[in-house]
Amino acid sequence: MSVDTNLSSDGRELTIRVSGRFDFSAHQAFRDAYENLAPDASSYIIDLRDTSYLDSSALGMLLLLRDHAGGDSAQISVINCNADVKKILKISNFEQLFRIY
Amino acid sequence: MTGIRVLIADDNLVDRKLLSRIVRNQGNTVVEATCGEEAILAFREHHPDIVLMDVLMPGIGGKEAARCIKAEAGEDMVPIIFLTSLTDAHDLAACLESGGDDFMNKPYNPVVLEAKIRSFYRMRDMHRTLQAQRDTIAVHNDHLIREQETAKAVFDNVAHHGCLSSPNIRYMLSPLAVFNGDVLLAARCPGGGMHVLLGDFTGHGLPAAIGAMPMAEIFYGMTAKGFGIRDIVREINLKLHNILPVGFFCCATMAALDFDNKTTSLWMGGVPDGYLLRSKNRELEPLCSTHLPLGVLSNARFNDSVIDLNFNNDDRLFFWSDGILEARNSAGEMFGQERLEHVMRYSISPTLVFEDIQTALSEFQGTQKNDDDVTLLEVVMMDRELLGETPVGPANAPASGPLDWSLSYRLGPQSLQTFNPLPLMMHIIMEVPGLQSINGQLYSVLSELYSNALEHGVLGLDSSLKHSPEGFMRYYQERETRLQQMGNGHVIIEMEHSGNVEHGRLVLRFRDSGPGFDWQTMVNRSRCTPGDAHRYCGRGIPLLSSICTSLEYKEKGNVVEAEIMWPPTAEG
Repeated sequence: MSVDTNLSSDGRELTIRVSGRFDFSAHQAFRDAYENLAPDASSYIIDLRDTSYLDSSALGMLLLLRDHAGGDSAQISVINCNADVKKILKISNFEQLFRIY
Repeated sequence: MTGIRVLIADDNLVDRKLLSRIVRNQGNTVVEATCGEEAILAFREHHPDIVLMDVLMPGIGGKEAARCIKAEAGEDMVPIIFLTSLTDAHDLAACLESGGDDFMNKPYNPVVLEAKIRSFYRMRDMHRTLQAQRDTIAVHNDHLIREQETAKAVFDNVAHHGCLSSPNIRYMLSPLAVFNGDVLLAARCPGGGMHVLLGDFTGHGLPAAIGAMPMAEIFYGMTAKGFGIRDIVREINLKLHNILPVGFFCCATMAALDFDNKTTSLWMGGVPDGYLLRSKNRELEPLCSTHLPLGVLSNARFNDSVIDLNFNNDDRLFFWSDGILEARNSAGEMFGQERLEHVMRYSISPTLVFEDIQTALSEFQGTQKNDDDVTLLEVVMMDRELLGETPVGPANAPASGPLDWSLSYRLGPQSLQTFNPLPLMMHIIMEVPGLQSINGQLYSVLSELYSNALEHGVLGLDSSLKHSPEGFMRYYQERETRLQQMGNGHVIIEMEHSGNVEHGRLVLRFRDSGPGFDWQTMVNRSRCTPGDAHRYCGRGIPLLSSICTSLEYKEKGNVVEAEIMWPPTAEG
């Protein structure tokens, strides 16, 4: 598991890329990624192209980010989900809260 | 480093004294023994840190003495170094096998001897530290387990299994820990129906289980008071949203069963697909979750809409937590939905599906342990009589209460659209001690009269639609549509009670804004064809007549008055 970040040049859009299993072991790194590195970001892209698996604690982390990013007004996209990951997000009906691609 | 206690056992006086002097000169304390037996006694008396033992001694000899000392030392580490002039590799190996830790060849090299004593002392010291830490952890662990057991007893009382032992329910719960992140609740409704809830909290163990307590309180409390599934899931969501930290939630399926109308209403949030297995033709209908898990959305954004389904006798609902789909075999594959579906389709009989799923799962997993809580639930529709008695209602109701009272409660269009007045009405009625024992019957009367007033009276729905299962569904869709479009209309509920502590009389009067109906004809017809139990409708008049002392339609049919005398007479 690793978490990499990329901040747009104006500091407004933060991309977080999670590789491997996205589970509780990513908790601290994922949190650090948006809390400390990009305090001014207003929109977020979670890139899951290298994420093999996602569990309920990862869903919890996405909700934490959503809360951090303003709750109902949060701008968060979850992109490049593989079929398994998409299925988990769909079962949980998370497309009602995030833009999922 | 001073004060290492060294036991030296050697029958040869010169050798022993020589060794004693070297060891003592290096700052250690020495105890001497002249044979194996003495060595054992000295060990018991002086508790040396290290033993230097001659191999060949009269009596039991060094190896046997070493065995005894090691046995007595038990878990404590007492290093034994053999002193020997043997040089044969097999002899030296035999020394170590008898329990020795090392050996020293005569004549002794004082530098090597000192280094060995210190090295073994360090090991013994480390061993003692580990033992102490292990003991501390064991004490803490015992303490924690005792705390958990107490907490578990409280938890089990709150999140008890309710009526999960009913003949129409089968379930399997396999907790990963003392506390389970999966919750299974079931309760009978005052009107005779049943609510069942399967929840799966984020994570496992205590943090997951703790959210189950308020959930169970709300589920059992509101069900007993006559609230419907939508009110209950909304209340649970609100509670969990308020108390759980962000990122924690509960995936849940709740089902409300109506044994009289043979229907079920489902609310599913964040759960894997469930299935409805029809007894007729063995059709398998997947049931998909359309909502977010409980605790995620604020009350304002929460959606309590349910799926209404026909649910005929011997039809089966199957639900599970995701633990079952994600159970792994030794190759790391997941059990998955396809395998589940396969079992449901190809079991010999629908009655065997539950066992077959369990068997397939345990065969698949082999000796692999679960990573997650695994819960499996089967709910079957059957006739209400087969379920046994409906447990009677609020045990904590007052012993004395109001006896002479009346009220009139008028519900306008906005209230009719969004509010279920039955729990409130029941609450008022239950203040009368004498009525508490018949709360189930009273609930049936209230709910029947209220839905008649609303659906047939205000909304003008035709109950003959309900004669067929398809029509029954259409009826409820139509009800929803008309309710949302309703511009005016009202229902007035009037209640009067009179009596004393031994007997009394309750009158319920429902007055709706509808045009009324030809009640004389209907009453006559129901006299002609009594007891057609499979009819979906008929304004529930036969049911009501059996409970009420009298039941009368009045005016143009938009007023109905039910009289209930208590205590109930024996004939029923």
